[in-house]
Amino acid sequence: MAKVGYTRRSILKTGAAAAAATLAAPMVWSQESKNIVLRQFGTGVSNLNDVATKVKEDLGITLEMTALDSDAVTQRAATQPGSFDIADIEYWICKKVWPTGNLQAMDVSRIANYDKIVGIFKDGKLTPESTIAQGTAPHTVGFVEGQGSTTFASEQTNWMTLIPTIYNADTLGIRPDLIGRPIESWTELLNPEFKGKASILDISSIGIMDMAMVCEAMGEIQYGDKGNMTREEIDKTFAIFTEAKQNGQFRAFWKTFDESVNLMASGEVVIQSMWSPAITAVKSRGIPCVYQPLKEGYRSWGGGIGLSASLSGMELDAAYDYINWYLSGWVGGYLMRQGYYSAVPETSKEFMTENEWGYWFEGKEATDVITSPTGDTLAQAGEVRDGGSFEDRMGHVACWNAVMDENQYMVRKWNEFIAS
Amino acid sequence: MQILKNRHVTGWLQAAPLTLILLGFLVLPIITIVIVSFWQATEFSIIPAFSFENYEFLFGSAVTWKVFMATFRYAFITWAFTLAIGFTVAYYLAFHIRSQPVQIALFLLCTIPFWTSNIIRMISWIPFLGRNGIANQTLISWGVVDQPVEWLLYSDFSVILAFVHLYTLFMVVPIFNTMMRIDRSLIEAAYDNGATAWQTLTHVILPLCKPGIMIGTIFVVTLVMGDFITVRFMSGSQRANVGRLISNDIALLQYPSAAATAVVLLCTVLITIAILLRFVDIRKEL
Repeated sequence: MAKVGYTRRSILKTGAAAAAATLAAPMVWSQESKNIVLRQFGTGVSNLNDVATKVKEDLGITLEMTALDSDAVTQRAATQPGSFDIADIEYWICKKVWPTGNLQAMDVSRIANYDKIVGIFKDGKLTPESTIAQGTAPHTVGFVEGQGSTTFASEQTNWMTLIPTIYNADTLGIRPDLIGRPIESWTELLNPEFKGKASILDISSIGIMDMAMVCEAMGEIQYGDKGNMTREEIDKTFAIFTEAKQNGQFRAFWKTFDESVNLMASGEVVIQSMWSPAITAVKSRGIPCVYQPLKEGYRSWGGGIGLSASLSGMELDAAYDYINWYLSGWVGGYLMRQGYYSAVPETSKEFMTENEWGYWFEGKEATDVITSPTGDTLAQAGEVRDGGSFEDRMGHVACWNAVMDENQYMVRKWNEFIAS
Repeated sequence: MQILKNRHVTGWLQAAPLTLILLGFLVLPIITIVIVSFWQATEFSIIPAFSFENYEFLFGSAVTWKVFMATFRYAFITWAFTLAIGFTVAYYLAFHIRSQPVQIALFLLCTIPFWTSNIIRMISWIPFLGRNGIANQTLISWGVVDQPVEWLLYSDFSVILAFVHLYTLFMVVPIFNTMMRIDRSLIEAAYDNGATAWQTLTHVILPLCKPGIMIGTIFVVTLVMGDFITVRFMSGSQRANVGRLISNDIALLQYPSAAATAVVLLCTVLITIAILLRFVDIRKEL
């Protein structure tokens, strides 16, 4: 084809441009991505079958999804680079995995909505006045100097490690009906009042942060950086929690999403670390459950899509198409209606009703019933989201999920804690 | 073709498939594990080395000793219960049921739970034993307790209950098998000589069942010592055995450390079995 002066690509480009002009669609995707299969793996939160279905519909790309827990995701990204095309991982996992060279940096100029991405992922600031929280803040591991670089850049460059997709501010989940009084601080997790009815998650890198939030709130430990503790701080933190564990404070520890839902729904536990959609899942069973904002602030996390180093050619183009599609709004709207935030809220707005946007993003009273993307009723008219608006929630992040320099030491201590 | 007629050649050929499978899928992986146990690891890579660091850490940590003790405790208690229940069930099947069809039917009945997966059988205990579960609701409605009993779930009790439930059949089958092969005239002879039922049981049946008991014991002990998922689910991650140490290490990418723990566990189990085999010569008795 090159002989006659046309490449398939150039024809498609012209065709696409013509189509875009005539149809006036928001975006038209190249057709060559048909028959391409991309293998994506990640934590359960964003590995949604609906996304795979929709991307097939819009782009023709077949997305094969595998959902794993955070530890398994890290393990896979670090040790089996050939087993995936797209890694849907969290930023702290990126810090761990990037040095292995299993992922390739992304050319920012190929990301259509780059300018609209929330500041948290670019310079770390939600608004120009915000202070940057402790821990592995996404922007610190979001950029590298160039393709092939294994160290992170200190500021925005043209090469992004992960394209941010989804993030949220986490806090403790409670059963208001079983507690019967206001909960305001992280210290309540170790309150003897809830002996045998508390739980934390058994994923060391996240669990340690929840522990740190509690210890700091109790005034027991002042951390230099909760996301990067010293050995001494780690020891002290575990000492406090080991004592609590031996006194029978905890009913169980959970590792998977479903476990956390069951613990809460069955009443085994009345206060625990929890993830936003787990609250939703409990609520949709008709059981009251609140994602309690606490005065010390939130523990936040963010995820993004990374490209396998082995991607090239058509697959790589398809992956860029997929990323641009991801940020173009439909997925964002879908995720926001589950209680997460999209990296490009502007585009998601178009895929949400005014009521949904007001409830989920602006913290306004719902004017009508709020339903999840799958049709479950999540809130009635007049209800307000726990924690309020986007700025209220993401503006009160005390710490980001992190991986520390003393990670290995912490992991061994964690193992001891579980066994103690 | 002449060569195939050679007795030794055919013998070797017949043994070859199994030998190859065992070499490839048992011996080789074990050698790999032993080698890796001397390696070192960082967060995201493992480094070939020859270092005793993993073992030093393992034996130097008080947690290791505690966890190994816990593992033995689980194995011993589970063994005691499965033996008592397994022996009784097998005895009933072998000596009380006279008709063979009924015997077979009842034996098959024992295996029905095994048509579902281990995990499902285990997890189904959780809603039953929970704070607001059926067991507690029943106890409260009968007036046995006022408050829900907390230790029913996420405790050593629930772990051992699940183990006994999961592994009793492994005791029933071999014991039943040996009991069926006991010559009934020996029992008649015992009665004729004036032995009581108890004496017959302890002096005739029990010694003759020893190989079956031993095989069952080996099954149960190795299964319990190697388990990690039952302990994790039934204790709500509150208790640990060696299997959980290994699985935690693997989850946290600490393969060399996991390998070292696995090697120590393997040795422990082999020693345990060697000791058990001192009591009964299975080859001779079978």
